[in-house]
Amino acid sequence: MNGTDVKRPVAPGVRFGQVSFLWRPWLVSVTLLLAAVTFLVFCLSIGVGDFPIGLSRVIATIFGRGEQVDEFVIMDLRMPRALAGLLVGIALGVSGAITQSVARNPLASPDILGITGGASAVAVFLVTVSGGTAAAVVSTVGLSAAALAGGLGTGLLVYFLAWRRGIDGFRLILIGISVTAAMEAITTWLLTTADIRDVARAQAWLVGSLDNRSWDEVRVVFWCSLVLVAVVAGVAFQFKPMHLGDEVAAGLGVRFSWVRAVMLLCAVLLAAAAVSAAGPVPFVALVAPQVAMRLARFPTPPLVASGLVGGLLLIGADLTARAVLPVSLPVGVVTAAIGGPFLVYLLVRANLR
Amino acid sequence: MGAQHFIETDAVAEGLPRLAARGVTVGYGGRTVIDGLDVSVPPGLITTIIGPNGCGKSTLLRTLTRLLKPTAGAVVLDGEDIVKLRTRDVAKKLGLLPQAPVAPEGLTVADLVARGRHPHQSWLRQWSSDDASVVERALAMTGVSELADRPVDSLSGGQRQRVWISMTLAQGTDLLLLDEPTTYLDLAHAIDVLDLVDDLHESGRTVVMVLHDLNLATRYSDHLVVMREGSILAQGHPRDVITTALLLEAFGLRAMVIDDPVGDRPLIVPIGRTHVQLN
Repeated sequence: MNGTDVKRPVAPGVRFGQVSFLWRPWLVSVTLLLAAVTFLVFCLSIGVGDFPIGLSRVIATIFGRGEQVDEFVIMDLRMPRALAGLLVGIALGVSGAITQSVARNPLASPDILGITGGASAVAVFLVTVSGGTAAAVVSTVGLSAAALAGGLGTGLLVYFLAWRRGIDGFRLILIGISVTAAMEAITTWLLTTADIRDVARAQAWLVGSLDNRSWDEVRVVFWCSLVLVAVVAGVAFQFKPMHLGDEVAAGLGVRFSWVRAVMLLCAVLLAAAAVSAAGPVPFVALVAPQVAMRLARFPTPPLVASGLVGGLLLIGADLTARAVLPVSLPVGVVTAAIGGPFLVYLLVRANLR
Repeated sequence: MGAQHFIETDAVAEGLPRLAARGVTVGYGGRTVIDGLDVSVPPGLITTIIGPNGCGKSTLLRTLTRLLKPTAGAVVLDGEDIVKLRTRDVAKKLGLLPQAPVAPEGLTVADLVARGRHPHQSWLRQWSSDDASVVERALAMTGVSELADRPVDSLSGGQRQRVWISMTLAQGTDLLLLDEPTTYLDLAHAIDVLDLVDDLHESGRTVVMVLHDLNLATRYSDHLVVMREGSILAQGHPRDVITTALLLEAFGLRAMVIDDPVGDRPLIVPIGRTHVQLN
């Protein structure tokens, strides 16, 4: 180009030593702002309870400069619940961002792809079928691990059923919907035939709840999420061209089936880990990436921002359920109340075009 | 690679084909579409693959770009079996524009073209000043600089195709493979896009494309490859290849071949059933 006109470069970049990337000021500021707001709501959520603690005292305690009383209430009693909420939200948000990117469809979330349905069916089976083996499984590997295996198994089943010389987003969604329906039928059948006390226990799990989380459960989600998010971050660069379609990505030097398989596996595992920790909290994985896209004004689901919105959504919903509403509800009821209308909005908008 | 080397010309050896298929057999799930086909892409020319629907022309193009793996034979790129090369290395030598690609809603032109730099980037080095200048030149060369900030989905079909070609150019390869670049375009926009393809050829690039429209293929190509039922029926300069006999044999089309009143290539006049007066 003959540089007769001096204007700003079409695609400005930034560089720090060996690291360089395209400069996207809006995306970066929205992401930082989201991180700040998420942290604040996280602290706020810890402060709320029978023994209210002010925001400044919560922050001081988290950074290790609090009083001993606060430290016990915050770190031992309330932190596991809040941290579980944050991690489950982040895992669901990132998982949803991946599945929506792979299917190139905003409706493709782990809820729809059968992962939550499969995890639920396995969990309900173990709770309701009071037999020697079921009880043995629960006592040895735990309900969470069994649910995780169920989610993973169903996710893989959907993937292989949808495979026909490649993965088509629409077929993935259709297969996901039918497998989810089958899983829900199994769950319903188990609930109607089971002992009423077991049903109550199963129902509590099925709504999605953060009640009575312990450090042990948080530790499992924490390590799962950490490893998976690290893998996702590593593959994210090769994942970028996949938004343009398989063949364009292949033309740009991406081994797309390999990248897609790794990313989908991470998405399934993240969702399964989240479900195993908090039950099938509905709609977060569907809503978070779409909200993140709109906030960041980005054409594809941004991974980091989607995770943050997911975390914010889950803690926010939990806080609302405990502090704002007159009766204390499980977090899943609140996310469903937010997510249901949002799904309708997405469907209406998709139909308008 | 310096920014001034928009095209990497080091591997070009005059006269030697850079891309060739040697006895390739390809198919989908057990059904063989192409059986033992040989073809060479002459360097520095526009080669167009034509043939009736389902004759395997897109399959051949997809095999040449490594999207399909031959069950027998090999595709050779710069003397090496393309299957044995790393995907990234292939992408540095060969640009591919698939049929009717779709950009995510809201993606801007500059952003899309910038993604053409992917093969030259890495996890840590995701953007450099080289990338920026190559992208600006790709935008300018395809005449879409003015549209840089517009979302791709807001453009007309012809503009959109220019933008996609621009992205393929930003890849910085001198070998471009275009699968039906004029699909869904009206004739004026098709001419516009093919003029652009010719500009790319004039600037030294080798182009291979699949086209449906025989007259456009004849006008814009230096080398035609005519296919039927998975094999090559004829190939060469349009003046030597396009005859009434070949059109009947390849397409089952009755047509007259006359001198193009505005060009130096033959012009195909199809003979249908109605409104025809044959003397």
